[in-house]
Amino acid sequence: MRRVLRIIALWIAIGSLAGWAALGGNRGWTKTSIDHKHLDAVTGLEYSVSENRFVPGIDLLALSWISAAVLFGGSLIRLQRKQPTTTHEI
Amino acid sequence: MKYRSLTFVLFIALAGVLRASPEDFDFKDPKGVNNVSFKTDAPVETIKGSASGITGKVTFDPANPGAVRGKIVVATPSMRVPNPKMQQHLHSGQWLDAAKYPEITFEVVSAKDVKTEGDTTTANVLGKMTIKGTTREITVPVKMTYLKDKLKQRSGVEGDLLVLRANFNVKRSDFGINPGQMLNKVSDDIQLTLGVAGSAPRS
Repeated sequence: MRRVLRIIALWIAIGSLAGWAALGGNRGWTKTSIDHKHLDAVTGLEYSVSENRFVPGIDLLALSWISAAVLFGGSLIRLQRKQPTTTHEI
Repeated sequence: MKYRSLTFVLFIALAGVLRASPEDFDFKDPKGVNNVSFKTDAPVETIKGSASGITGKVTFDPANPGAVRGKIVVATPSMRVPNPKMQQHLHSGQWLDAAKYPEITFEVVSAKDVKTEGDTTTANVLGKMTIKGTTREITVPVKMTYLKDKLKQRSGVEGDLLVLRANFNVKRSDFGINPGQMLNKVSDDIQLTLGVAGSAPRS
């Protein structure tokens, strides 16, 4: 059981870091859209066109690592077996 | 002969008056180019957002740019930031209260320090800014570019374009936007950048 918890914790920590890096390594907050800058040829105005895209931020990375730490911490807790109580009749 | 000359002179004068007359520019933009972006300091990263729901009317006379008048309206619900939780907060009653105050407006009162060079005029425009139901008079440095006969290139209709650009700061506390609260998370200073084009079709 302990081993399983530690493996899951390790997977979450490594997986979230890899996913975060692969999706842009955004050091800000998580975003669900990104803006692309365009230039209007006639007026010379710069404007943004929004694209729906999920970009995980450090908040999501931190949450994943906290979850991994909790699981790892859980694996360190030593479960004590309940000792059977015996009654002695005199 | 005398009457013919007089008619000609009157025609020329009338043409001059018509040419110099103020034009009404409509800032409703079906192309989605008109935008206002905002920026404010916050921990982790600077909060950046934009609004695209822009309408309004401005009267501009190329012969007398200092007489510019009008109103630009930004639809509060069109303001967006890339983080959905932040956007929810932005529109909530604590911040902009988009449901109760659906419009942010700037109404021109007067223009000072007007300088024109070619088709571009710069001026310090005094106006009434209304955000979240609070109106304050502020002065905004505005660059106005008058693009004569350029509307056809944009929408196929004969007419002129007026491009307005401005960069200025407002304090959220001045407009009752969560005043004095969460200053460690969202700065009191909001930097606004306006880039809008209005059209005046010729009928």
